[in-house]
Amino acid sequence: MNLNYLSFEQPIAELEAKIEELQSVGNDNNVNIAEEVARLRDKSQKLTDKIYSKLTAWQVVQVARHPHRPYTADYIPRLFSDWEELHGDRHFGDDRAIIGGVARLDGKPVMVIGEEKGRGVQQKVMRNFGMPKAEGYRKALRLMEMAERFKMPVLTLIDTPGAYPGIDSEERNISEAIARNLSVMSRLKTPIICTVIGEGSSGGALAIGVGDQLNMLQYSTYFVISPEGCANIIWKTAEKAPQAAEAMGVTSANLQKLGIIDETIPEPSGGAHRDIEAMSHTLQSRLIQQLSELRAMPMEDLLDRRYRRLMSIGQP
Amino acid sequence: MNWLSRIRPSGPTYSDRSNSVPEGLWKKCPKCAAPLYRPELEKNLDVCPKCEHHMRIGARRRLDIFLDPDGRVELGMDVETVDQLKFRDVKRYRDRILDAQKKTGEKDALLTMEGTLRDLPVVVCAFEFAFHGGSMGYAVGERFTRAANTALHSNKPLICFSATGGARMQEALISLMQMAKTSAVLERLRVAGVPYVSVMTDPVYGGVSASLAMLGDLNIAEPAARAGFAGPNIIEQTIRQKLPKGFQRSEFLLEKGHIDMIISRRELRERIASLLSKFTHRPEPVDV
Repeated sequence: MNLNYLSFEQPIAELEAKIEELQSVGNDNNVNIAEEVARLRDKSQKLTDKIYSKLTAWQVVQVARHPHRPYTADYIPRLFSDWEELHGDRHFGDDRAIIGGVARLDGKPVMVIGEEKGRGVQQKVMRNFGMPKAEGYRKALRLMEMAERFKMPVLTLIDTPGAYPGIDSEERNISEAIARNLSVMSRLKTPIICTVIGEGSSGGALAIGVGDQLNMLQYSTYFVISPEGCANIIWKTAEKAPQAAEAMGVTSANLQKLGIIDETIPEPSGGAHRDIEAMSHTLQSRLIQQLSELRAMPMEDLLDRRYRRLMSIGQP
Repeated sequence: MNWLSRIRPSGPTYSDRSNSVPEGLWKKCPKCAAPLYRPELEKNLDVCPKCEHHMRIGARRRLDIFLDPDGRVELGMDVETVDQLKFRDVKRYRDRILDAQKKTGEKDALLTMEGTLRDLPVVVCAFEFAFHGGSMGYAVGERFTRAANTALHSNKPLICFSATGGARMQEALISLMQMAKTSAVLERLRVAGVPYVSVMTDPVYGGVSASLAMLGDLNIAEPAARAGFAGPNIIEQTIRQKLPKGFQRSEFLLEKGHIDMIISRRELRERIASLLSKFTHRPEPVDV
């Protein structure tokens, strides 16, 4: 089994292995196999398209959590120029599960805040697996308030398994840190665009997720409780996570239908990790377009629209 | 059928369960096991006179013992629970709601009321923990928001007694977004200078803790109430350690600076009235 592929992608993995094998043979001999490789490539592409055209909610969750999925740190250099990271909440410390800083998007200054899971064991530990603590959300708050003062829009990238459930989190009142961000983001006098790039888990995601425009990458996921957590409560076993994912409707398609998110940003065939450059290009052009639309609105209208939209969520 | 039931309109009754015929005249304190005489216990607001244990009370009783008897108006009665996802697990969410309604006599997990507190006009919310764990979905968020708007537009202080397990997962992202909604309306009160008092009663967790419960101008807790973001089981599973004694209890919250004070249930009325009289520049309330 090829670990670069998820279990439901194994037919693709087999085809890709065959292609690789053929190519190595081709290099050794003079047999003309280009045609055969092209044919298999085409087949693999079609198979990928077919599998990805009807992913279940649980399969989407797996793609969203794919170990190769691009993270905030992968997107920052591809979306922005002249990036400078800013550190610390000025009270307790610097939470590496949240990256924040200033950069330029299409030449104009922006504040970027994103959750970062970290790749590889060392990075993951340093990033606390993308689970921010109170000081992370307070750093985000500091940067957002600064963005307001200096008239920079705020762009957030959401990707977290959740706010960190630990003793230190509770001691430093992570609840208040999340709640405060929700309050302040609802009235921050600058455009805010939030994009779920991977896993948007509950309050830990929402804490940097209130704004004027909420995007989800096509195969990202957003839930109030992880499918495993939900399954544990209802069925008393995490094995029912696929059913829980289905019942909660954790995909961009479902959430757009519910009016929770504004836009689904399409991913390359087989997911963002198959072509991060293409993904970044699509995301960048959408952010530029959305931002220019938001900038064109008078601030009062923008804030009014943001508030009214929050008030209307769930209305029958 | 007596004369009262004949003239009373039919429909759901909201009578306090604790006022209905008791199963027995005695109740054992769940903490110190002292046998307690029910009428005495009720007079003591369901606080054990032996060990001060604050027993959980329903939302309607909470409002009843907190507000002045006259001039109460219940708000948000027309807000209905919604099931936009048609959520279904082993049971349909709709049926779970019907069960909870039958069990509690309430439409959803939050009651909101306008009234007076020692003559000071206020708007008060109370979570009903017996209704689906006091969880917040659309109806709870909407009722809270409307109550907050009433407070905002009439310039009356807002008080909320929370008792909840957090967001209601059967409403998925709609329930998550109620955190943003309630926090946003509270920010309007904050900007307008309308005082908001959050009273945490056992327990307050998850999405409610990380929104409206922690945003009080004053955060208050009843003695030994548990409040936090993640439940103790989740934390223990994550860090694989036993939690320290008293973790997430009011006394811990006070020590860590999360709340302003711990107030015993019997003193809540007097002390919140006195506090709010200062925040609204009125004379101290006096007994007549």
